[in-house]
Amino acid sequence: MKRLLFFVPLIVLVVLGVYFAFGLQRDPQVLPSALIDQKVPEFDLAAIEGASQGLSNADLMGQVTLVNIFGSWCVACRIEHPFLMELKANNVIPIYGIDWREPNRQAGPAWLKKFGNPYTRIGDDPRSEGAIAFGVTGAPETFIVDKRGVIRHKFAGPITREIWERQLRPVVQKLRSDS
Amino acid sequence: MTAEIGHFALILALVTAVVQGVPTLIGAQRRDALWMALAVPAALLQFLLIALAFAALTKAFVTSDFSVMTVAMNSHTAKPMLYKVAGVWGNHEGSMLLWVLVLSLFGAAIALFGRNLRPSLKVRVLAIQGLLGAGFLTFILFTSNPFARLFPVPIDGQDLNPLLQDPGLAFHPPLLYLGYVGLSTTFSFAVAALIEGRVDPAWARWVRPWTLASWAFLTAGIVLGSWWAYYELGWGGWWFWDPVENASFMPWLAATALLHSAIVSEKRDALKSWTVFLAIIAFAFSLLGTFLVRSGVLTSVHAFASDPTRGVFILALLIVTVGGAFAFYAWRGPALKSSGVFHPISREGGLVLNNFLLTAAAAAVLLGTLYPLILDVLNAGKISVGAPYFDSVFIPMMVPLIIAMGVGPMLNWKRGSLKTATYKLKWAALIAVLSGFGVWLAIDRASALAAFGMTLAAWLLLATLYELADRIHLFRSNPSESLRRLRRQPRARWGMTLAHGGLALLIAGMTASSAWKTEKIEAMAAGDTVTLAAYTLTFKGAEQVRGPNYMATRGTFEVQRGSTGTPFILHPEKRVYDVQGQTTEAAIQPTFLGDIYAVVGDTQDGGKTFVTRLYFNPLVPWMWTGALVMVLGGLISLSDRRHRVGAPVARRQPGSATPAPAE
Repeated sequence: MKRLLFFVPLIVLVVLGVYFAFGLQRDPQVLPSALIDQKVPEFDLAAIEGASQGLSNADLMGQVTLVNIFGSWCVACRIEHPFLMELKANNVIPIYGIDWREPNRQAGPAWLKKFGNPYTRIGDDPRSEGAIAFGVTGAPETFIVDKRGVIRHKFAGPITREIWERQLRPVVQKLRSDS
Repeated sequence: MTAEIGHFALILALVTAVVQGVPTLIGAQRRDALWMALAVPAALLQFLLIALAFAALTKAFVTSDFSVMTVAMNSHTAKPMLYKVAGVWGNHEGSMLLWVLVLSLFGAAIALFGRNLRPSLKVRVLAIQGLLGAGFLTFILFTSNPFARLFPVPIDGQDLNPLLQDPGLAFHPPLLYLGYVGLSTTFSFAVAALIEGRVDPAWARWVRPWTLASWAFLTAGIVLGSWWAYYELGWGGWWFWDPVENASFMPWLAATALLHSAIVSEKRDALKSWTVFLAIIAFAFSLLGTFLVRSGVLTSVHAFASDPTRGVFILALLIVTVGGAFAFYAWRGPALKSSGVFHPISREGGLVLNNFLLTAAAAAVLLGTLYPLILDVLNAGKISVGAPYFDSVFIPMMVPLIIAMGVGPMLNWKRGSLKTATYKLKWAALIAVLSGFGVWLAIDRASALAAFGMTLAAWLLLATLYELADRIHLFRSNPSESLRRLRRQPRARWGMTLAHGGLALLIAGMTASSAWKTEKIEAMAAGDTVTLAAYTLTFKGAEQVRGPNYMATRGTFEVQRGSTGTPFILHPEKRVYDVQGQTTEAAIQPTFLGDIYAVVGDTQDGGKTFVTRLYFNPLVPWMWTGALVMVLGGLISLSDRRHRVGAPVARRQPGSATPAPAE
């Protein structure tokens, strides 16, 4: 029995080796979501402090929208924020925000006050209900939701002009032309 | 021409490495003195050849020879000289060359300084080093040739990632590799011992200096990387549980465990198979780190450009090397019988507990690092494992470790008395608890965990100091006797006192900076004032400054403590590099109680107001000091006379004569 114990390291190594061999054939940057082409699950988030309207899945019906997960604690959200402001200023597409896991009630509103608010409506999400509905892995993350409230695309990480032009805008245009 | 010389030297180095590895191993098995005699000159020659190749690549970088692809991709004529040199290892090909350079350096060091080693063991150790070198040289020559030419020759290079153009990072890879790759020595010693089927106290003593040297370098390398992240990434954070950080942390945990278990093997002839296992696993973690970083199987901010061929090759190297060692271990390990027996409550018992907790911690970090990959392969979804997992798993294991670190050194070998040890340490415990309670009352009643962290730090520091005082009979004998005892402390004991004391400072710094960091993000115009902790920061505006290969927005802050302190100036910068990318250069003023840390960001309205981020990071300087003290402890322990050539080795085992090597 004790002899077998000495084989444990070898066995663990072989098992890990198999995983690595398969892992090598995958690109960790690609983040598919189990929710792609599924209806947005039901959620209903309260408004953030100082705003009157919250956000629920019913709000996402009727037009093509972006749903953006952000938080005042998230450094990368600061990076994409000016670009979201630009989308808002040019009236490109309505952006709905999910203010995820703020340390306190004031943090999100203060952040938006300082840097500007690009969002049409914002849901306060201290308990990750909205984040779970969308299957969020981190912030920032952005989803494209079509007119029928179906999630059609997911992007993890800060949106830049290049990513918008190359990846997101084509999807939005296609969804808009579909009736 | 230089590039061709370098390339040719690498090919010769590969041939030499094979000579160092194959005939010598056969010779050692057949006791053929002639074949065995190849090992030492081959090890030295391999080092010289790789050093020549490295010098050739350095020359290509320094003279900006853009016909060499690596140079064209990673350098630029306008780059300052320091970064031209650092550029040699700021890319995949060059850093692999540094990797084998360090590997062969350790081989040469064993050849030169291993004169008191048992000859058969020495030859086998060098042979294993040679085989490792052969594997990695093949990898370089076939998948990552640093001397590949580029045609047509570009006018100028694409420059080094500006985040890497920094003095801290210039020296981070060499130090880290000295540690990482230095662990190849413990691996070679372990495999050689398994081939011989012989692990004795002498073996443990021979392994120890190599472990100590690697450990000290690895500690310094990790700290330098962490320090770089702290001031260069501009978040004021110093550890992110990023896969690449974990990749360097796992070998550190294993090497730390090995340092301690080797003591038991040396002094008490116990824990042999366990020590051999740690010696293998420490280097296995280094190889795993190399694989994770180079193959791109995990996402990380640090990763080199990923290339599946390289990934497959390194994976094969990893499996063959570590798999071979583990196979030997499964075969020969059970035969390693320990003679020393001990009671669970004893110095050995304490070191076993240390080993148990350190390996469990390394396993937890390994699981957290690989979990996303494993789930992905099983198609169970993509996830990322972040700080919450690591904090919640790692910290609970460190708490008993730190408590035990205070008690362990007070216990006797074989059988100690917990009662005596705790009785002696009662004041240390009491003061530690009181100071933790004081912190809770005076600074922060919200975070009991932070107060507990400070208690642990105080406990470890006091217990370590008490142990030293106890050993020199302070206040028990007269002062001159204590002084005499203090002077006669072996350096290895000093090493322990410093390393443990340094860790206490490190814990205090980590706890305080995580719990009580104050942060202000403001849009500031010239003349605006912000109060941060006890300091007042006045923004004096920002100007455009031209650097050698970048334009910088340079902010000026005047900082004053209270209303009476002497004001000083901070100059954070945001640099936009001519060729690629931008960086933030935080301005940091360390003080006894913490760092004042300022970052200047974008302007919102054409140069009047700037986004600034200002932090007060409490006790961060303690963290860096503590880490340096730990490294110092390692180096002082390394200089202990029993590790030096000619130290009384034979005296302890009068039975086994050590014949001089036939040279």
